Amino acid sequence: MIWNEKIECASRDEMRDIQAERLKETVRRIYHNVPSYRQKMQEAGLVPDDIKSVDDLSKLPFTLKTDMRDNYPFGLFTVPMSEIVRIHASSGTTGKPTVVGYTRKDLNNWAEMVTRSLCMAGVHREDIVQVAYGYGLFTGGLGLHYGCENLGASVIPISGGNTDKQLQLMEDFGTTVIACTPSYSLHLGEELKAKGIDKSKLKLRVGIFGAEPWTENMRKEIESSLGIKAIDIYGLSEIMGPGVSCECEHQAGMHIMEDHFIPEIIDPETLQPLPAGEIGELVFTTITKEGIPLIRYRTRDLTRLNYEKCACGRTLVRMEKCKGRSDDMLIIRGVNVFPSQIETVLLEMSETSPHYLIIVEREGNLDSVKLMVEVQEQFFSDEIKQLEALRKKITHKLQSTLGISVDVKLVEPKTIERTAGKAKRVIDNRNL
Amino acid sequence: MIIKQLSVFLENKTGRLNEVTQILGNARINMSAFSVADTSEFGILRMIVSEPEKALSILKDADFSVRLTDVICLNSPNEPGALARALNILSGESVFIEYLYAYSMDDKTANIVLKPDNIQKCIEVLQAHQMELVSASDMYKI
Repeated sequence: MIWNEKIECASRDEMRDIQAERLKETVRRIYHNVPSYRQKMQEAGLVPDDIKSVDDLSKLPFTLKTDMRDNYPFGLFTVPMSEIVRIHASSGTTGKPTVVGYTRKDLNNWAEMVTRSLCMAGVHREDIVQVAYGYGLFTGGLGLHYGCENLGASVIPISGGNTDKQLQLMEDFGTTVIACTPSYSLHLGEELKAKGIDKSKLKLRVGIFGAEPWTENMRKEIESSLGIKAIDIYGLSEIMGPGVSCECEHQAGMHIMEDHFIPEIIDPETLQPLPAGEIGELVFTTITKEGIPLIRYRTRDLTRLNYEKCACGRTLVRMEKCKGRSDDMLIIRGVNVFPSQIETVLLEMSETSPHYLIIVEREGNLDSVKLMVEVQEQFFSDEIKQLEALRKKITHKLQSTLGISVDVKLVEPKTIERTAGKAKRVIDNRNL
Repeated sequence: MIIKQLSVFLENKTGRLNEVTQILGNARINMSAFSVADTSEFGILRMIVSEPEKALSILKDADFSVRLTDVICLNSPNEPGALARALNILSGESVFIEYLYAYSMDDKTANIVLKPDNIQKCIEVLQAHQMELVSASDMYKI
């Protein structure tokens, strides 16, 4: 089923007209309500009337994740707080999280985007959807939740973790759709096997997976281990959350909700727009968002766009699975982690040096992170309990800052390689 | 009374202990007592050497995490129950021992290296009970 056929199957011309109107309105609103962006436009010699069509988009300055940090927490909101009905946050590049606010209309739009996504995935109102994304500041859980309710499906808001319970409810409630990170779905598949539960006894038929990169090989593995169709959903909290784009049953790229977000692909070095079909950094301009509209937000995700009409009948442009990042962000168990966040934690502690090495592995199907930290000579204690206490302190601080557990290993001073240029801080041994 | 013990942080990887002993050997520094505390992740090498300050500086130059720690050494009869007597006295006076290691000198005496939480109090308690402590200069010469 196509939830909103008029939009999802609109001709390119119709879509560009919708986008142009909404873009002009958005630029006006931001210019008048966000001093920092107005200043950027003024520096570029632009006024809102200079933006007349989607083609003028490339004249506008970019918005970066650091702009969100510099305007922390609510500086980029364009409505008074009385209009904001929900706040979500994701990790920032350093200590401060990236904060987004939604008006009631934003939440309604978001729910519709997720509903469209679910329909693309072949989910309907008779389905029982187990939402195993985390509920909370992370947009995954609540985002999927309201989309399912809007569709009329039955939601099991189980949130993340607690694998035994996940499997029990899946079996007892006859769950037909699972929504979680792809790596967690593989973990569920393994546990299913370990517990000797026959997958033919489950009613599972579709999985909606996102929040971390996954390969076509992983897709095959998930589909066979759970006996389902695995659908890729994409989103980022800065732009909205899950449902910015989603695959249809043809699994041939994720349809972007173009009536809400205009995508561009740029060269991350020259910052110039690239022709359709070339791989580059994905940039989004939100055109219906009220709480925190963003112009030309650099996602740092590398992908390419396909404007051809899909076999499903939709004309919404499709983006390929992300090929990587144009920055050093890591996605670990669905959580965004920047090496700079780790560095900030270490710098705040006098006992450690800022020399560190992050090693990411995939053990079984779950990511694990090891952090090697040099002990500062002056804090070296000859008592094991003090060194253990230091290790626990670092582990605890990282857990509370990053939201993931890290295996901290204390190493001798000057054993982590120094380089003249950009230090190599991350060894990622996962084959993503 | 107070002896400067050399403590070295070691990652659990092959060859590190060997490197330390090589460096000290090349500098003609003798080791008179030696112990290794280990966890699954790292170890701490503790030793009494002939020239603690010199050993400290050459190991630092070789990029080891190293420090000097104050310990004392009890000279005890090499006979059953001797260590128990000493520890009994210390626990009776609430002196807490962080760690200790011991070695026999001959069939008459043994040396017990102690790291108490309160070193001054420990010395006073042992001396009050006529326990014999090894002087630092004697210790470095062994």
